[in-house]
Amino acid sequence: MTKSFNPQSYEPGTHPDLPPPAITTGLIGWIKTNLFSSPLNTALTLISIWFLWQILPSSFHWLFTGAVWSAVDRKECWAMMDAPRDGACWAFIRGSLELFLYGWYPEPERWRVNITFFLFGAAVFGALRENIPGKKYWLMFAAVFPFLAAWLLFGGFGLEPVATSKLGGILLTLVVAVTGISFSLPLGIALALGRRSRLPVLRAICVIFIEFIRGVPLITLLFVASTMLTYFLPPGSSFDLLIRVLIMVTLFAAAYIAEVVRGGLQGLASGQYEAADALGLTYWQSHRLIILPQALKISIPGIVNTFIGSYKDSVLVLIIGMMDILGLGRARLNDPDWLGLAPELYIFISLFFFVSCFAMSRYSLSLEKKLETGHQS
Amino acid sequence: MKQKTTAVLSAAALVLGFAGTTQAGTLEDVQSQGVLRCVVSTGIAGFAQPDASGVWKGFDIDFCRATAAAVLGDANKIEAVTSTGKTRFTKLNAGEGDVLWRNTTITFSRDVGVKLRFHGVNYYDGQGFMVKKSLGVNSASELDGASVCIQTGTTTELNLADYFSSNGMKYEPVTIETNDEARQNYESGRCDVYTTDASGLASTRSALPNPGDHMVLPEIISKEPLGPATRHGDDQWSDIVTWVLNATITAEELGVTMANVDQMKSSNNPEVLRLLGVDGSQGQELGLSNDWAYQIIKQVGNYGEIFERNIGVDTPLGIARGLNALWTEGGLIYSPPFR
Amino acid sequence: MASSNAPSNVLSLLWRNKESRGVIIQIITMVIVFGLLAVIARNVVINLEAVGKEFSFDFLFWPAGYDIGFSPFIEYTNKSTHFMSGVVGLLNTLLIAFWGCILATILGFIIGIMRLSSNWLVSRVSYIFVEFVRNVPVLIHILAIYAIVVTILPSTKQAISLGGDLFFLSNRGFYIPAPIFESGAGWVGIVLLISIGLVIAFKRWAKRIQDNTGTIYPVFWISLAILTVLPSLALVAMGTPISWDIPALKGFNFQGGMAVKPEFIALWLGLSYYTAAFIAEIVRAGILAVSDGQTEAAHALGVRPNRTLQLIIVPQALRIIVPPLCSQYLNLTKNSSLAIAIGYMDITATLGGISLMQTGKEMETMLIVMGIYLIISLLISSFMNWFNSRIKLTER
Repeated sequence: MTKSFNPQSYEPGTHPDLPPPAITTGLIGWIKTNLFSSPLNTALTLISIWFLWQILPSSFHWLFTGAVWSAVDRKECWAMMDAPRDGACWAFIRGSLELFLYGWYPEPERWRVNITFFLFGAAVFGALRENIPGKKYWLMFAAVFPFLAAWLLFGGFGLEPVATSKLGGILLTLVVAVTGISFSLPLGIALALGRRSRLPVLRAICVIFIEFIRGVPLITLLFVASTMLTYFLPPGSSFDLLIRVLIMVTLFAAAYIAEVVRGGLQGLASGQYEAADALGLTYWQSHRLIILPQALKISIPGIVNTFIGSYKDSVLVLIIGMMDILGLGRARLNDPDWLGLAPELYIFISLFFFVSCFAMSRYSLSLEKKLETGHQS
Repeated sequence: MKQKTTAVLSAAALVLGFAGTTQAGTLEDVQSQGVLRCVVSTGIAGFAQPDASGVWKGFDIDFCRATAAAVLGDANKIEAVTSTGKTRFTKLNAGEGDVLWRNTTITFSRDVGVKLRFHGVNYYDGQGFMVKKSLGVNSASELDGASVCIQTGTTTELNLADYFSSNGMKYEPVTIETNDEARQNYESGRCDVYTTDASGLASTRSALPNPGDHMVLPEIISKEPLGPATRHGDDQWSDIVTWVLNATITAEELGVTMANVDQMKSSNNPEVLRLLGVDGSQGQELGLSNDWAYQIIKQVGNYGEIFERNIGVDTPLGIARGLNALWTEGGLIYSPPFR
Repeated sequence: MASSNAPSNVLSLLWRNKESRGVIIQIITMVIVFGLLAVIARNVVINLEAVGKEFSFDFLFWPAGYDIGFSPFIEYTNKSTHFMSGVVGLLNTLLIAFWGCILATILGFIIGIMRLSSNWLVSRVSYIFVEFVRNVPVLIHILAIYAIVVTILPSTKQAISLGGDLFFLSNRGFYIPAPIFESGAGWVGIVLLISIGLVIAFKRWAKRIQDNTGTIYPVFWISLAILTVLPSLALVAMGTPISWDIPALKGFNFQGGMAVKPEFIALWLGLSYYTAAFIAEIVRAGILAVSDGQTEAAHALGVRPNRTLQLIIVPQALRIIVPPLCSQYLNLTKNSSLAIAIGYMDITATLGGISLMQTGKEMETMLIVMGIYLIISLLISSFMNWFNSRIKLTER
């Protein structure tokens, strides 16, 4: 009974947990611990807020509220604003959107591009999702996809043939990137195995190849593709510039993949190799069943990063005059009706790359986390 | 071994749906492709530039269309193979294009060294200078110490170096890969002067916000005859390109235009009749149909029409005919006779 | 029958034996590779002959005929040879690579540490910056920065004057006074070199003392004093033999002084912050990889927080950071070839660009350019390997 008169006294161990003081919880507490915990932090916070205040409202106005979404030319565009260039003139991008997406792909055949985009989405989805029924078939589909896409895009075997020079814009960017990505993986694995081979000649060839490719910039390889490669072919024959470029992009990515996979192979405990040998497995059996599945799993984040790099590098084809999204965009900048709209163009292209690359890197990060827990358990 | 590589490569090419091209028989190749591939620039206003739906337009493009009209009977069956100043010759030599219609100056080294065939001149140009009027410069000789924007991979940078050193002047070259980059630099004041062929200057000037604030200086420091080019070693194809150009010029001389070409078929002038394929068999001798020149004029027009439509005084470029007037009107445009 | 079977038996025996199978595979690989190379060489010879070109490097000694706007180290005119234009390009490549690596490292460390800041806003802002920058192609960054530099900075007539008309900033570049050395300046230089030597010797000595006795000298401040006081004394003693060439607007451009061109600035900034975004992630991962126990142990031993970072965390993190840092330096150097897009005259733009175009020697120029990049890459990676092994030695 005495307890009710004196609520401050408790038997040992029966004191209820009191809520923390208001100043350390909720919004205020969060702000205090995360933004103003020390004089230095306060200063940094204030500087950051000032910096954001300088940038965000005016950017927001330029990008959205002050922007014009439809107009016939830049003069009309600017006339609709409070002051010329007060906002972005997205009408320029909107008007050219189809060109940016399909390039010069013939109008009546564009359904093929749409199907290709759709299948591409399906292949990516199927290959990346972890818990999906029939994972094996999805993977097989992803492996077949590049050939299917080649057939759909370039025709033959019943479809109207379309010349490679009709490709442009985002379609060309994706073709270059996806080809580079899908063919560089097997080639890169082969090179990595070759580099770790016990056969000195094989090893030397792989080392020279990998180090050569990694030692020179991609642009020089593209120059080689555009100016020199025809000299390497039998006299009188030549093949399409796009294929030459695709070969170079693939070789370039393969050399980087090879190094990532080699890292994975080295990261594997030597017990795995010994165990495989002890079981009497041959070289191919042990690699197929034991070594590669584990090594590739460790290397996935690195491989995805290489893919992102090779995707971003695909814009370099503009330097040899190919009309990818950036090259085509810059050609459109010459249109007398739409001069001086470079910021809009660059922001649009940056956004395009940001969205796709960011998605890829988030995926790689989530895989990394998953794999990390797998190791500790 | 060689056969094996060839086989592997052609298999690779076939998988993706196209085969290698061969050097000889360009006409047959073009006719079997059903499309003419012209090497053009990546974008010069008035000469070659894609519009919002990706259709290429311009002076060079119209000559490409004229060639297609002659060879395939349809001016729209063209394909623009884009190239930078650096890659244009390799693209042609590698067989990626059938003919080069791309503001290309005819020079000895290109004709002999790069192994091209040139086929006459479709535009007489010369390197000039453009400055802002506010600079107060009236002559190129006042440009000592200026910053000059140049496009790389052209004859322009050599002419410029020669001009300034022979006049004992100094300058800062700002070398740029593409025309739009050069325009941006000139517009913002990174350079005082933009130098390129006078036609290119007119094109760039037209594309500036206030063309009236800029002037092209009177000095022309080089001869830049621009014309089409083909690969060495295909005489029939060379003849076709030569005479496509000549046909447009002759048509202007004879007064044959897009509008009146049908009436002209019943003209009394024997040269008109030969040109339009009513008399004679000139088309067949070239390996084309006899109405090849009729198709050019019907679908694309004569030289004067092509000029005025794309770069003439009524267009944003506003280039006067000048040297590019017919020889009968004090210019240099001249075609050998059709006989 | 037996005689016809014997060779195939021998072959299958050889194939089953692991050693001899290796030899067979290697011989086949060699035949294929060298065969392919031979075919290529033969094709090149035939093709070059067909177009009437000759494979030779004579063109290097022909006059180049074009001017280069940016040659800070050596004298170059249009009468110089293609070889010299290549040298100018190479020096410009090395210049951008050197300064790019330095700025990228500094920015990368700052952003990496900001990412780890306990301040939510700071770490968020730097996170967004890193993600945006590294997910957009570097070429777009460079083009955008160049467009900004050229269009936002004022023209020469309206140049921003800094420090009382000593420095000028315009879209033609950043002009700074250039030193002119008069007689006697050499002695000042010698004194400067001597004081640098003194500093190095002092550092070694201080480290030995610290290892032996534990006494710590304020190495940084003493070094700074040596570096500033001795050369200034020499300068005064020789009667200040250095004067300054101050830039001034004459005619179209600033004359005199030294100029940092906008092409250089754009390429430098673009490459640096792009690479810095990657370095920031490397630095963050490196610091996070050093376990908290290290910090706690240091604190338990009574080491102050900033000394903990300097003596405990950074040396251990460096070992994780350096190898990927090396590949970022290589990437930056290779990406510097994008200079061609904005007209900075590096080796790809001079020898691999204009010279290639003017001479039509695709094969020769590209071989030289690629060879030079290979050599630079090898030099950088061997330097970083050396550095790596040096910091590895601290492991006990």
